[in-house]
Amino acid sequence: MFRLKEKIIRTAFLINGVLVIMILAGIFLLLVLNAMPTFKEVPWKEFLTGKNWNPSSDYNPGYGIVSMIVSTFMVTLGSLVLAVPIGIGTAAYLSDVASPKVREIAKPVVEILAGIPSVVIGFLGIVMVGPFIAKMTGTYSGLNALNGSVLLAVMALPTIVSLCEDALANVPKSFQEASLALGASHWQTLVKVKLQAASSGIIAACMLGMGRAIGETMTVLMATGNAPAFPSGFLNSVRPMTSTIAIELGEVPYFTTHYHALFAVGLVLFLITFVINMIADIVLHRYESKLR
Amino acid sequence: MKSYKKAQTKFLEQVVGFGFLRLCMLIILGILSVIFFDIISKSWGVITWEFLTQSPRNGMAEGGILPTIVGTVLITIITAIFSVPLGMGCAIYLNEYAGTGKLTRLIRISIRNLSGVPSIVYGLFGVALFVEAMHFGTCILSAGLTLGLMTLPWTITASEEALKGVPMSYREGSLALGATQWQSIRTNVLPYAIPGMLTGTILGLARAAGETAPILFTGAAFALPGLPKSLFDQFMAMPYHLYIMSTQHHAIEIVRPIAYGTALVLILVVFLMNLSAIVLRYHLRKSRQE
Repeated sequence: MFRLKEKIIRTAFLINGVLVIMILAGIFLLLVLNAMPTFKEVPWKEFLTGKNWNPSSDYNPGYGIVSMIVSTFMVTLGSLVLAVPIGIGTAAYLSDVASPKVREIAKPVVEILAGIPSVVIGFLGIVMVGPFIAKMTGTYSGLNALNGSVLLAVMALPTIVSLCEDALANVPKSFQEASLALGASHWQTLVKVKLQAASSGIIAACMLGMGRAIGETMTVLMATGNAPAFPSGFLNSVRPMTSTIAIELGEVPYFTTHYHALFAVGLVLFLITFVINMIADIVLHRYESKLR
Repeated sequence: MKSYKKAQTKFLEQVVGFGFLRLCMLIILGILSVIFFDIISKSWGVITWEFLTQSPRNGMAEGGILPTIVGTVLITIITAIFSVPLGMGCAIYLNEYAGTGKLTRLIRISIRNLSGVPSIVYGLFGVALFVEAMHFGTCILSAGLTLGLMTLPWTITASEEALKGVPMSYREGSLALGATQWQSIRTNVLPYAIPGMLTGTILGLARAAGETAPILFTGAAFALPGLPKSLFDQFMAMPYHLYIMSTQHHAIEIVRPIAYGTALVLILVVFLMNLSAIVLRYHLRKSRQE
């Protein structure tokens, strides 16, 4: 009697666990199913290599996603250039320089930054960063790729800081002690020993930050200016994949080619972030097993 | 003399290096202060009792934001009802029952990948599954469930952390006295883990409450005449309202104060949820150390 009950409970939890796999598979399947009808009308090649995205045009509808992929990566790489050095620096500060008391205060500060909703960051892009960029560069609105990069950097920073700090904290104490005992300064130990030992963890942290930046929607939607043309520079308006979906899905009639094409864009986005997360995962695992 | 100079450069290097690290931390502090200063200074006059308790009037150019607060609270409740039990269940399976086999690894990989899926993709999934396939339409239920799916990986991770914090001996003691596994989980593990689980869950829900992309197409409405009456009604939500007020409204400059006010209320709600979680965690740690 007891045994049967235990078995039932155990199975229920097992099903609950397997549900997670089903959700991930379900997301992938539904995206594929809804994206497929696009390719009855638009050839794969045109979709993946075309630069012209203009599905609502009557004469010459274009379904090429190259422009938005380039926009996405441009904004993301820009954000990483800003966020990675500051993020690693802050993590190193928290783990090696700050006193326990300062750390106790500084860590929640980073968490608060992580807690600010993306739509608020996007709003600040419009009212604060945009006018600032416009003033500095003499451009008209300041809603451009640079603005998006700055905002995404702010959004990616907490992820990078906390994961890098974990990576630094996981470096065995003996590494540090050995280096100090050989006469290296704290700074030398940090740069030449700890950062080296934690490098795969730090790379994984940056990749996860990158994954987050690629998938971020509201900030880029509000701050990058939404010009669907091929991007020509950081001071030009761009329209990444996420904003394209966000803008157009609200306007298209359901079950048209345009509607399905947006799911295809979502599928591409899903695959890109999936691959980045998997790579980060593998890097992190290798790092953990190496330290053991 | 030479070694003295060497030591001096070494020392100087460290001073400059640590100075750079300090600067990085200060930049983050600076960003946060600028954000808060700008929003608080520009929205302070806007937040009045009327702002919090009235509906928008006059094409949303006047009045308050009550319906958006109600909407955000409602979908967050749906999110919690969906994702908290499932998340805790999955965490219990992973930490208490599962071995180290392939299935467990697959589940863990799925969780990590789910937490990396872009929020707009959850939105697409919500449209395809809840709005279309299940015929819920664009409504509170669809949006809440979509957000629930998005929060699930966070809830699982947080709950598992809490379960890991319960010492092995608690389980062993109860099993040694003849309790079944479920009995020992229920009486000797969960009571100690639940506060920690709640902490992580609240943090996840706070993030969900501020999300916009997943609710864009699953139920959030531009403007509604009254408060929602059932789960199958559309709703207004704070993050979506802020998005509209800052980009889509026909008189953006005039409604800017309302946008600032909405931003502050949204931040405060998220911040208070975070704060309660952090305070809860702090007390937990303290009581454990004693």
